[in-house]
Amino acid sequence: MSGWLLLFGGFPLLLLLFTSFLKQHPEKFFELSLSVESYAQLINPDYLLVFLRSTLLAGITTFVCLIVGYPFAWLTCRMPSRYRLLILIMIMIPFWTNSLIRTYAVRIIIGAKGIVNKLLLASGIIESPIRLMYTDTAVLLGLVYLMLPFMILPLYANIEKLDYRLVEASRDLGAGPYNTFRSVILPLTMPGIVAGCIMVFVPTMGLFYVASLLGGAKKLLIGNLIQHQFLVSHNWPLGSAMSTTLIGILVVMLLLYRVVLHQSDTAADRL
Amino acid sequence: MNRSNVLWLSGVWKSFGSDFTIADFELSLEYGEFITLLGPSGCGKTTILRLIAGFEKPDKGAIYLDGVDIVHLPPEKRLVNTVFQSYALFPHMTVFDNVAYGLKVRKIPPNEVKRLVDQALEQTKLTPFVNRKPSQLSGGQQQRVALARAIVNQPRVLLLDEPLSALDARLRSDMQLELKRLQRELNLTTILVTHEQDEALSLSDRVVVMDQGKIAQIGTPRQIYEEPLDLYVARFIGEINLLPARIEKRIDKEKLEIRLFEHSLILTSDLDAAPGSKVQILLRPEDLRISEDIKEDMPRLPGTIMERSYRGATLDTTIHLDHGPIVQACEFFDEDDPDFDYSIGERVEVSWVRGWEVLLRDEE
Repeated sequence: MSGWLLLFGGFPLLLLLFTSFLKQHPEKFFELSLSVESYAQLINPDYLLVFLRSTLLAGITTFVCLIVGYPFAWLTCRMPSRYRLLILIMIMIPFWTNSLIRTYAVRIIIGAKGIVNKLLLASGIIESPIRLMYTDTAVLLGLVYLMLPFMILPLYANIEKLDYRLVEASRDLGAGPYNTFRSVILPLTMPGIVAGCIMVFVPTMGLFYVASLLGGAKKLLIGNLIQHQFLVSHNWPLGSAMSTTLIGILVVMLLLYRVVLHQSDTAADRL
Repeated sequence: MNRSNVLWLSGVWKSFGSDFTIADFELSLEYGEFITLLGPSGCGKTTILRLIAGFEKPDKGAIYLDGVDIVHLPPEKRLVNTVFQSYALFPHMTVFDNVAYGLKVRKIPPNEVKRLVDQALEQTKLTPFVNRKPSQLSGGQQQRVALARAIVNQPRVLLLDEPLSALDARLRSDMQLELKRLQRELNLTTILVTHEQDEALSLSDRVVVMDQGKIAQIGTPRQIYEEPLDLYVARFIGEINLLPARIEKRIDKEKLEIRLFEHSLILTSDLDAAPGSKVQILLRPEDLRISEDIKEDMPRLPGTIMERSYRGATLDTTIHLDHGPIVQACEFFDEDDPDFDYSIGERVEVSWVRGWEVLLRDEE
C-alpha cells in the first residue's frame, strides 16, 4: 500500500521538486543545471494577483458548498435509513464519472439552448435566454457542482455520529433551535466542517479546466497558470516551482489546522 | 384528579404504527411527590416521559403543568428537566458549563449563574470536578453531573429516565440514597422511569406499574407488593409462589371457600369470581412456613427440599411439592435455634400464615 503511494505519489512529487530547481531552456523543457531562478520569477505582482484570485474563488466555492452541503447532510442524517442510503448513492454515482466530462455536461445544461434556459423560458420568467456561459457565476456553479460531494461526505460522517440526545438535552434545558445549533451542534460538528472545507478548498485551488470551459479563460487562475507553463510556454521549471509553492502553501495550512486542533485537545486534557 | 396538581396527564393517547399504543393514560402528581413508572422495556414508560418533556406529541389528550396545557409547547418552553438514560452530557463543555447551560440560555446574569451552579455542584458533591470534561469523569460522577444540570434549573417536574441503569450494583444503591435525599431536600416533584423493581419500591411514594401502554396498577410500594391486582403485577414485583386453586362458594361478603388440592379452606377475599372458577393463591417466599414453624390450622402440603442457600440473614429454600408446584421459601434465622438448616432431599411440610395470601384470578 505505502509502496504504491511512494511510487505514484511520492516519486512524481520528487521529480516536480527537482525540476523546479532547474533552469529554463528555450527549446527543450529544461536545462539540467541547478538554479533558483524559477522561484525568483515567482516574486511578481501579477502572479500574486492570480494567487489571490484563485484563493478567493476557492474560498467562495468552499463557502457555498458548506452553506448548501451542511443542511443537506443534516437532513440526510435525519431521514429513515433506507432513504439515507439512496441519497448517499446518488451523491456517490457522479463521483464515478470523470469530472472533465461532468464539466462539459454543465456546459450543456447552462448553455443558451440548455435545459436551464428552456425551463426559464417555458415558465415565462424570462423572455430571452439569459447568458450563463462564460460568466463568473458559471465557474462558481461548475466548481460547486463538482466539489459538493467532498463537502457533504465528511459532514455526513460527522453529523451521523452526533448523538441526537445531546440536541434533545439542549432543548430540554431551555435552549431554542438557534442556541442549540450554536452551542451544541456547531461545536460538535466542527471537525466535519473543517474536513469538508479542506477537501473542497485544496483541490479547487488547482482545478483549471472548469474556469477554462465555463469561464472562457478570461481570468487566469493558478491552475491555468501552471498548465500554461507546462503545455504552452514549455517552461517546466517555472511550472514546477509554481506547483511546489502551491503545495507548500496548502501543506502549511493543513499543518496549522492540525496544530490548532491539537492545542484545543490538549487544552481540554490539561483541565 | 384536579387542575391544582403540579402535573396532570389527562386522557393521553399516543401510538407508533401498530407496535403499541398508549391509550387513555391518566396520571396526576402532587407537589413534591416521587412517582415511579415501572414496567418491562417496550411498555411505554419512556414514551410517557418523552410526552411530558415535549419530545413526542400526544395524538389526543392534554398534559397540564400547574394547570396550563403544555401539549403545544416545544421542549424548551416547558419547566421540566430530564436526566437522560445515557446522561447526554455535552462532551465539549466542562462540568461547570454543562450545569450552567440551562441558566445561561435563560439569560440569568453571570454572577447568579455562578452562585446557582456552585450550589448545585455542592449538593451533588461535584465541586472538585468543576473544570473537568465529561470524558474525564467516572460513570457515577457523570450521573451526578446530569442530575446537577437538571436540578439547577429548579424544574417544576424532574424526569428521570432509567438514570441508574448504567451503574454497577454498589454505586446504584449509593445513588438511590443520594437521589432520594436530594429529592426530599429540594422538594422536587419527580417521575422516575425504571424496570428495576427494588428501585421503584425503595424510592417512590407511588408506583405506576405499566403493561403495554396501559396502567396495570397504581399504588404505594406497599400496596403494589402486598396487594397486587393481577398476576402481571405480582410477577413483576418480587419473587412469587403460585398455588392453583378453585373457588367452591362465597360464604359472605369477605369470606370465600376454596379448594386447594385435597384441602378445603376459607380465605378472606373480595375477589369477584363465580364458584368453580380457577384462581391462584399468591404467596411471597417470606409468607411460607416449613414443618415445625407451622403454628396454625392450615393445610400442610408435603414436599421435598430441592435446594437450600445461605443468605446471611435468611435461609432460602426451594421445595418441590408432591402436588407438583415448586415453591421458594425464605426464612429468617431464629436466635433460639442456631443449627437451623435443611438437607437436600429432606421431607418437609409447607404452609403459610393465614391472611398473608392474595387470591388472584387465574388468567392463563
